[in-house]
Amino acid sequence: MERYYQPEIECASREQILAWQNERLVKQVRHVYDHVPYYRKKMEEKGVTPDDIRSVEDLSKLPFLTKADLRDAYPYGLCGMPLSQCVRIQSTSGTTGRRVVAFYTQHDIDLWDECCARAIMAAGGTNEDVVQVSYGYGLFTGGPGLNGGSHKVGCLTLPMSSGNTERQIQFMCDLGATIICCTPSYAAYLAESINEQGLRDKIHLKAGIFGAEAWTQEMRRDIEKALGIKAYDIYGLTEISGPGVAFECSAQTGMHINEDHFIAEIIDPDTGEVLPDGSKGELVFTCLTKEAFPLLRYRTRDICVLTREKCSCGRTHVKMSKPMGRSDDMLIVKGVNVFPSQIETVLLNKGYAANYQIIVDRVNNSDRLEVQVEMTPEMFSDTVTHITAKERELVDALKAMLGIYAKVTLVAPKSIARSEGKAVRIIDKRKLY
Amino acid sequence: MTVKQISVFIENKPGRLAEFTKILSRNDIDMRALSIAETPEFGILRIIVDDPFNAARIIKDAGYVCSITPVLAVAIADEPGSLFRILTILGDAGVNLEYTYAFTARKRDVAYMIFRVEDNDKAIEVLTKNGIRPLCRSDLNRMYHEED
Repeated sequence: MERYYQPEIECASREQILAWQNERLVKQVRHVYDHVPYYRKKMEEKGVTPDDIRSVEDLSKLPFLTKADLRDAYPYGLCGMPLSQCVRIQSTSGTTGRRVVAFYTQHDIDLWDECCARAIMAAGGTNEDVVQVSYGYGLFTGGPGLNGGSHKVGCLTLPMSSGNTERQIQFMCDLGATIICCTPSYAAYLAESINEQGLRDKIHLKAGIFGAEAWTQEMRRDIEKALGIKAYDIYGLTEISGPGVAFECSAQTGMHINEDHFIAEIIDPDTGEVLPDGSKGELVFTCLTKEAFPLLRYRTRDICVLTREKCSCGRTHVKMSKPMGRSDDMLIVKGVNVFPSQIETVLLNKGYAANYQIIVDRVNNSDRLEVQVEMTPEMFSDTVTHITAKERELVDALKAMLGIYAKVTLVAPKSIARSEGKAVRIIDKRKLY
Repeated sequence: MTVKQISVFIENKPGRLAEFTKILSRNDIDMRALSIAETPEFGILRIIVDDPFNAARIIKDAGYVCSITPVLAVAIADEPGSLFRILTILGDAGVNLEYTYAFTARKRDVAYMIFRVEDNDKAIEVLTKNGIRPLCRSDLNRMYHEED
């Protein structure tokens, strides 16, 4: 039996959803125009006023926002509420090391938690469940989002955060966790450890909610089989709130976007033109109900398809496919956003040549990030100690910038291919899309 | 009182050392001594040649990263205990060795040691005080031609 957190919303008629969107959009555009000078200026440049936006049909008149805008407006430029009304900041990496910070009022957090609660109930969660949240807590939205959703449903919540696999498995067994929330690669790693230790009979998991990175259907089947669970996908991004912008239901054929809070559009990433439903293109979100960080027409850079076919779960909200790629060069490694420009910034700061190559691979369902740098006369020495010390310094600086470990490999000069135009900097061997 | 060692960055991959030695071969560069420090990803090749500056230029032109390091070369008796004696002298004087390697030439009963130390001047002073004279470039070149 399908469970819903807010059935009257999740299964509302299309007319009702559209009515909510129309009403909320008009109000939201007015709010943003009045309280976010950065966006007001963009609207003025485009010659649009709040009076021009009377319904969802007028949405395309509004200017886009991109990650570059978030960088330019850092830190407070896109905040739509007085700081006295804001209660939380979450953060994610930006393109050149300046992080993206998103603000939340208590109301924003309540709505975000509700979105995550919908995801947990769609995965079969009730107040009888024990939910183990093994996403990172802190600035990363994964932990706080699912934690809040789990509370809303009334589940017994284990705020494990990421890492410390021994303890994760011990709690999972001893406290009888029934739902696990983490990145799919960590789920695969947990599954492997559990089976290696012969603890498969000691766990009580029935479902997993996995997101924050790309994963394939094969990986889903592997995890489901290894843990004896049903594995659900969840989608979100810090700029829009965090996990729970969209979530999978029992049909497992795409993720329902919470359309009472977010309008989704698909655009041509090159021209910005809005594409009809069913087209593959870049996903764009407009936040209808957010107060503190009310982004309008934010370009996610995720490439996907929207479908409005009737879903067997009973929900009426539009479904998005798994992201099929990116329209920029952002990589998601171990659930963390990595931009080549961040790596370049570190290399240049440390005096290396900007000729480098990033290699991402997935070994045993776990991501590996490698940065290949060409040896230069300046960093060369006749002793291994000196070279490895410099190498370690670079590893530390990359860790500080990216938040994850990247292996540094020194290669011979001119061994990294140079092309006429843009250098081929990224080799992603994971084949996720 | 030092000799010039050429150090070259070489990736730790099959065939890379062969590629490098091909350059030496083509340019008729004879190696007096060779040693390699290796890591899983790369190696540092250290060589002693007759004309280090000319060789370094050729190696650089071939696209390699290399450097020239002054190191100490010492002739010792090719018999048990002679290395121990010289290392004791250096150790007692507090001279720290970065690395060392050995080679022999055509002269019988003599072995040669290369020492890379933090402080060349101090090491030279200590050795000289103990009656050991570090070799210079012309000494090395001569030892190949004397007995020809």
